Amino acid sequence: MTAIVEVSGLTKTYKGGFQALKGVDLAIEEGEILALLGPNGAGKTTLISALCGIVQPTGGTARVGGFDVVEDYRGARAMIGLVPQEVALEPFEKVINTVRFSRGLFGYGKDEALIERILRQLSLWDKRHARIRELSGGMKRRVLIAKALCHEPRVLFLDEPTAGVDVELRRDMWDVVAELKAQGVTIILTTHYIEEAEAIADRVAVINGGQILLVEEKAALMRRMGCKELTIELTEPVAALPEALARWDLRLGAGGETLIYAYSTQGEGTGITRLLQDLSAAGLGLRDLATTQSSLEDIFVGLIKEGGA
Amino acid sequence: MNWHAIWAIYVYEMKRFFRTLMESLLSPVISTTLYFVVFGAAIGSRISEVEGVSYGAFIVPGLIMLSVMTQGISNASFGIYFPKFIGTIFELLSAPVNFLEVVIGYVGAAATKALMIGVVILLTAWFFVDLRIAHPGAMLAFLILTCVSFSLFGFIIGIWAENFQQLQLIPLLVITPLVFLGGAFYSISMLPPAWQTVTLFNPVVYLVSGFRWAFFGMADVPVAASLAAIAIFTGLCLLAVYAIFRTGYRIRS
Repeated sequence: MTAIVEVSGLTKTYKGGFQALKGVDLAIEEGEILALLGPNGAGKTTLISALCGIVQPTGGTARVGGFDVVEDYRGARAMIGLVPQEVALEPFEKVINTVRFSRGLFGYGKDEALIERILRQLSLWDKRHARIRELSGGMKRRVLIAKALCHEPRVLFLDEPTAGVDVELRRDMWDVVAELKAQGVTIILTTHYIEEAEAIADRVAVINGGQILLVEEKAALMRRMGCKELTIELTEPVAALPEALARWDLRLGAGGETLIYAYSTQGEGTGITRLLQDLSAAGLGLRDLATTQSSLEDIFVGLIKEGGA
Repeated sequence: MNWHAIWAIYVYEMKRFFRTLMESLLSPVISTTLYFVVFGAAIGSRISEVEGVSYGAFIVPGLIMLSVMTQGISNASFGIYFPKFIGTIFELLSAPVNFLEVVIGYVGAAATKALMIGVVILLTAWFFVDLRIAHPGAMLAFLILTCVSFSLFGFIIGIWAENFQQLQLIPLLVITPLVFLGGAFYSISMLPPAWQTVTLFNPVVYLVSGFRWAFFGMADVPVAASLAAIAIFTGLCLLAVYAIFRTGYRIRS
């Protein structure tokens, strides 16, 4: 895989002196979906804005498709589609006209067949002659996506595309993202919904305080940093953990009816077999067993706390 | 040059104009008619002629200039301010366009609208007075140059403005008084000598005078001075736009 977006030592200091980016290094491979996660004010939007030309970087370099975003901005921007965080659309314009306008801005002539295909893909074709102000919030977000896609970008930035969108529409958007990925579009997604990153991203980058804390393949990250928990439901509640089980890192659940055992799947063994033997030796009867895995959200929160410590 | 982008901006802006065609054209036509009633009928009954031209006809170039200047400024300033206000400016900033292309698109559209309004006012005037145009080519050139230069000025105001009040500030507090005091409704030769000297510091005098010369072949100041004034004003606006382009002033953080 080759990197289609290469960011090296990128810095941005705003006029007031606030340093939003502190030497960001990042390489995004062609055709992947990268989820950029971070708390509010972490630098996600500034990073995207710097790559798209909305914000002037104060240091470092960034290249998209080999084009420097400052020196060769025409080449770089021609490859980029941007769906911004805010729903910014001219309210009195018709859907189809605003999409045509975006295509023209990117230096392309009319292509009604392409625009029809995009509007149909986003379920907007029937609304093509509607004015923006007549659309629902979800439809407006789809119009923003249509505008970003109408020049067939190779890199698509989605800055919190599903913020404030209902669950059904969010899943529709995930389908659209999956289709775009299938077409070879590289997607960089910022989101507050960790489940979104978990559902659709190939890799995850975590940014906080203007610095990239981690970039890793999502599944590997979850394997490496995720841990599992075994919940053991007892036949009879216990007031305290028996002395014989002191060597196990067990937590007693509410009411003394459950025992919770956290373990890693990365070691040679989980210890579950021996734990169950010890439980039996201690005279505890088992009603049921259940396992759960920590989510990307747990990992994200852990990383941010670690970074802030 | 990204010609598609220039055309896209131009068409988008012109569509806005045609969406509100009645409001866009009706307002200047009504204003012009009122000026004819007030100045032409009321004052014209006391001043029958100015340098051989009926007073009603004499004020036509000034009226056209007043509308063209204010419309050029308001169209261009609103055109670029509105995307800033509603947030759609991100699209211009993230598109493969340079500032010159953006300026050509917005200023071109604003100047076209101002020109159309100028022509409508000219046609309206024909209903009220007997008009002759001594130098049609020069008249058109002055008209177009004024539309373009004041649209450029409006574009600068639109970039500078941070709210709708600021957008109105320059047209209301600077342009309208300058036009009224710039010989739009009188010849500066009708003023006392001291005021004639003061008036010569008003740049609008040169524009109105040059435009009036194109109609009637008479001018308050030499035509070359009028051309120089409009060239200097356009040059200053272009310099300001270039400075905005270089620094990203109030557009790109």
